[in-house]
Parts: sequence; C-alpha cells; structure tokens
Amino acid sequence: MKILVCISNVPDTTTKVRFTNDNTQLDTNGIQWVINPWDELALTRALQLKEDKNNSVESVTVIHVGGKESEPTIRKALAIGADDAIRVNAEPTDAYFVASQLAEVIQQHDFDIIFAGIESSDYNGAAVGGMLSEMLGMPSISAVSSFELENDQVRIIREIDGGKETMTSQLPLVVVAQKGIAIEPRIANMRGIMMARKKPLNVVEPAEKDSMVDFVDFELPQAKPPCKMVDPENVQELVDLLQNEAKVI
Amino acid sequence: MAILVYTEHWDGQFKKSTFELVSYASKLAEMADAQTVALSIGQVDEDNLRQLADYGADKIITVNQANLKYLDNQAYTSVIQQVADQEGADIMVLAHNNTGKALAPRLSARMQAALGSEVNQLPAELDPFVVNKKVFSGKAFANVKLKTDKKVLTLAQNSFGIYENTQEPIIENFEPTLSDEQIKTQVTDVEKHRDKLLLTDAELVVSGGRGMKSPENWDKLNDLANELGAALACSRPVSDEGWRPHEEHTGQTGKIIAPDLYIAAGISGAIQHIAGVSAAKYIVAINNDPDAPIFEMADYGIVGDAMQVLPELTEALRKARS
Ligand SMILES: Cc1cc2nc3c(=O)[nH]c(=O)nc-3n(C[C@H](O)[C@H](O)[C@H](O)COP(=O)(O)OP(=O)(O)OC[C@H]3O[C@@H](n4cnc5c(N)ncnc54)[C@H](O)[C@@H]3O)c2cc1C
Ligand SMILES: Nc1ncnc2c1ncn2[C@@H]1O[C@H](COP(=O)(O)O)[C@@H](O)[C@H]1O
Repeated sequence: MKILVCISNVPDTTTKVRFTNDNTQLDTNGIQWVINPWDELALTRALQLKEDKNNSVESVTVIHVGGKESEPTIRKALAIGADDAIRVNAEPTDAYFVASQLAEVIQQHDFDIIFAGIESSDYNGAAVGGMLSEMLGMPSISAVSSFELENDQVRIIREIDGGKETMTSQLPLVVVAQKGIAIEPRIANMRGIMMARKKPLNVVEPAEKDSMVDFVDFELPQAKPPCKMVDPENVQELVDLLQNEAKVI
Repeated sequence: MAILVYTEHWDGQFKKSTFELVSYASKLAEMADAQTVALSIGQVDEDNLRQLADYGADKIITVNQANLKYLDNQAYTSVIQQVADQEGADIMVLAHNNTGKALAPRLSARMQAALGSEVNQLPAELDPFVVNKKVFSGKAFANVKLKTDKKVLTLAQNSFGIYENTQEPIIENFEPTLSDEQIKTQVTDVEKHRDKLLLTDAELVVSGGRGMKSPENWDKLNDLANELGAALACSRPVSDEGWRPHEEHTGQTGKIIAPDLYIAAGISGAIQHIAGVSAAKYIVAINNDPDAPIFEMADYGIVGDAMQVLPELTEALRKARS
C-alpha cells in the first residue's frame, strides 16, 4: 500500500502578516515557512501506519506544488520521515490550479491513500483535497479525526456537526484530515535531518492548467477599540454592559 | 437563471444557519434577478420544508433515496450537480461547515465553477464577481475574483444574518440518477452529542484555558454557561490534557466559531486561539495578568482571579434576571 501526503508551505502561525504593492501581495520579509499544521499531522499519522508492522504500507511520499523556495519545507517533511518527495515546479496560484497539477502527477502513480489537510492556514481555501478527489474520480472523506488500517481496510472517524461517524471506504481514497488524526506532530531529529539530504526529491514541470480565481487585494482587520476594563469588585457592571451596551444577553 | 442553495438538515430539522444561508442566497438572487432554489436531501416533513420559503426560497426540491441516507461526497456532489443542471443554476451556495467544505470543492471541480470559500458578504456586483473572505486565520481579509461563469460559494457561519422574505414555494421531488455502485463510502456507526448545545451553533460561549488550573474548576464555568444558556469551549492545552473533550477546543486547529459573545477565562489569547474566535461579536476576558494578550482582542475585561470572578458573575447575572 502506498500513501501520499499533500503538503502546503505556509507562514508560521505566529507570523504578523503584512502586504506590499498596494496590498496586492504578501510581504514575505522575515516570514518563517512551515508545513501546514494539518498536513504535518497527516504526515505523522501516515508514518505511524507505516511503522506498524500489522499494516503493509510500503512507502509514504509527500507532494507539493511550489517554487524552489519551498524546498526547505519539503526537506523538513523528508526529515520527519517521508520516503520521497515530488515538487511540481509552479507558483500555486489558486486551489483549482494546485489540484489540477496534483491530479496530473497522481494519475501517473498508484497511491492507495492520499492525505490532504482540511485547509491551508494561509489562504484558508479548504478546497484542494476535495477538488483533487473529484478530478481523480476518487471517493473522499472530509473532516477526518481518526484513521486506522486493518488488513488494508480503512476505518475512519469523521466529524459531523453535532457528532461523529465511523466509516469505511473503497480504495483509492482521498482523506481530508483535521485535528485528531494525530495528536502531536512529529518533529525531525538529527538523524532524520541527515538522511533527508539523501532522499529523492523529484521535480516535475507543471502541466498547462488554468486558475479559476484571482486574489485581487488584501486588507487588515479594523483595529479594535481598546478593551473596557471592569473592576473585579464590581462584576455587576459587566452584566450591565453586556445587557445594555453590547445587547448580547 | 437560478441560485441553488443546498440546505442541510439534522434529523429533519433545519437550523438557524440554514436560514442564514437561504437569506444570503435569496439576496444574491435578487441582485441577479434570479430564482432561489433550495435543495434538501433526505426526509424532511412539509412544514419544515416550507420554513425555507420564509427566508426567500421560491422553489424547494427534495431528493429522497435510500442510498443517500448518509453523506457520501461523490454521490451528494452528483445530486447537487444534477439539480443545478436541471434548474439552470449558475451559482451554488453551501454552508462553510464540515459538509459544505466536503462538497463545495468537489462541485467546483465537477462544474468548472470557481469556488469562493468562507465568504462573509455579498459581492458588490455580479460582474466582476468579487467576494470577501478571511485569510491567514483571521489576520487579514482578501477580495477574491471568481473568473468563471458558474460559481460555488460557501458562506461563513454567522456572518450575514437572517432576513425574512416569505414566498409561496413550489415544492418538487427530484429523482437523481444514482446507482448503489456509485457509492463508495459507508457509515458503520453514528455517535451524536445529544441534548448538548452545539458549539458551532451557540450564540453565547463560555470558555476556559489553562488558567482554570484543573478540570474540577469547570463547575464554575458550567454554572455560568447554564445561567446564560451558553455552550462550553476551551483552549487547546485544556483538551490536550484531557480536562475537556476535543470537540470543545476552539482555535486555528480546533473549532472556528462566530458567536455573539465569547467569555474567555484563564486564556492567554495566543494568536492560534484567537484564530478560532476572532469573528465573535463581543469578547470578554477574565485573566489575572493585566498584560495577557487576550485583552488586546477583548471588548470587556476583568483583571482578576477567575475562581472568584466567575461565581460572582454568575450570581450577578442571576440577580439581573430575576
Ligand atoms: C500550530 C499551532 C496550532 C495551535 N492551535 C491552537 C488552537 O487551535 N487553540 C488554542 O487554544 N491553542 C492553539 N495552540 C496553542 C497556543 O499557542 C497556546 O499555547 C494556547 O492557546 C494557550 O492556552 P491557554 O491560554 O489556555 O494557556 P496559557 O497560555 O498557559 O494561559 C493561561 C492564562 O491563564 C491566566 N491565569 C492563570 N491563573 C489564572 C487565574 N487564577 N485566573 C485568571 N487567569 C489566570 C494566565 O495569566 C494566562 O494568561 C496552537 C499552537 C500551535 C503552535
Ligand atoms: N501548493 C500545494 N501543494 C500541495 N498540496 C497543497 C498545496 N496547497 C494546498 N495543498 C493541500 O490541500 C490542503 C488544503 O489546502 P487549501 O485548499 O489551500 O486550504 C492542504 O492542507 C494541503 O494538503
């Protein structure tokens, strides 16, 4: 069984975001780039499954659509334990374009399970995993918070509004992962970092594909008015404010 | 021309979020001089279906087929597409909840319809069709242009409001072409959090962080939540420690919510936590550290010991209401 994990390369979650060129571009100065948190969890889970000798997972591959500047993030995924990596050498303009590039490459391989994250923490598209599964004509299960393998059968828990559903599926399958799929993301150790240098990172050129959306420009949220402080000896005042000023209770 | 809105239900009942979605779709239909068509899959009785018309649905299409009992992303996408084609829908609207996130991107790829995900308002005009959405987990907003003739939108919860606009609806049944073989995922077990106010639906939320010190102290939050009729939430370390169930964790990696009021007790206000609650209309912070970052985000703050402040607040509320 072969597993593929789609990874996006995003600013570290503590980044202060700024824009340049009339608010049309992200100011990348000083940004630390990391593996998208959900992809990191999915990768962690995939590696756990491979190590569990009850399963027959042969390999865990990571794939990314992006320029050469995202290679450190890909190397990090290799250092954490992925066996090999594929980079589609193109600017990831929108979710449709990215999914089309991924589909193009995936069709030339035979992955049984494809992981994507529920959303990228940069543009919050929540789109690539679903689009990809549609393009590949594969089933997909979204908001997956637990993933088990038993005799090459999947047992999945997905979150629904107000509960959970336990599921099975035919393979191949696209799994859109959220929190819970692994608890802590695995971090690379020294040996992993050394080994990552020798692992294959295959660069493929993009296919001719269109995008369907353009990011026109960005805006920062309006500054909040300063917090109104209430004396802890007088919580009654807070009740008044909530009732009469905010009118939320 | 039509706007198609996929109206999810829970055991035959719609929620306020469904009515918000229909309100949005019907305002969009007004702009486009189009019909609002609501699609409901599964068993819903007629009285409930008619509620959709109170918010502007001109036509309600129901699909009832045994093999659609559970959400199968491929099957549901196919049904929505078949209905969209029959109705000549150019814009498909879904909720930005787990179901909408599962279906909208598939529908987008299938119908070559640009996806505007988690949009929070109407476009200013239909051409160019530019929608606004949150990016960088709430640290910024983006204007996104959808370039194709057909479009799929998912609406951010609690971002638009509910508008009554009563119509006399046409209710029709639709028989999709869908064989059992096309359904490749199976649900084997369902677990529902019964009788619990859902965090994602709640208008009022009471939340605790590591500053609550131990799970025993949750009584104090629980009392306040009961007094308010609020749902409970928590920060990530609290759920990681197992003090509270995972489904209560809010933040970038947990639930993203948009209640009217969010009361945060013993929560420092880390950026990843704020990512889940920044859309709250009002935030109240209770923290014993006056420099805690949560006060930068909060509308109202109390610097004090949560163990003391919470019971007093519950008591003050009780008095104010009696
Ligand atoms: C990739 C990533 C994703 C993350 N995602 C999330 C997420 O989704 N959600 C999330 O919550 N976190 C998330 N985190 C963790 C986040 O960075 C913070 O560590 C976490 O939010 C802190 O939780 P806390 O505020 O409960 O605890 P702390 O930061 O420990 O804060 C406790 C607060 O309680 C106050 N306090 C102590 N005693 C009292 C008292 N008696 N009365 C009143 N106040 C008191 C303290 O002053 C302090 O401000 C994420 C981190 C990373 C790296
Ligand atoms: N450039 C990319 N390369 C590979 N996978 C990606 C890329 N962008 C997004 N993904 C995958 O799609 C998921 C959802 O991303 P998005 O639709 O951008 O919110 C991510 O968690 C990744 O698994």
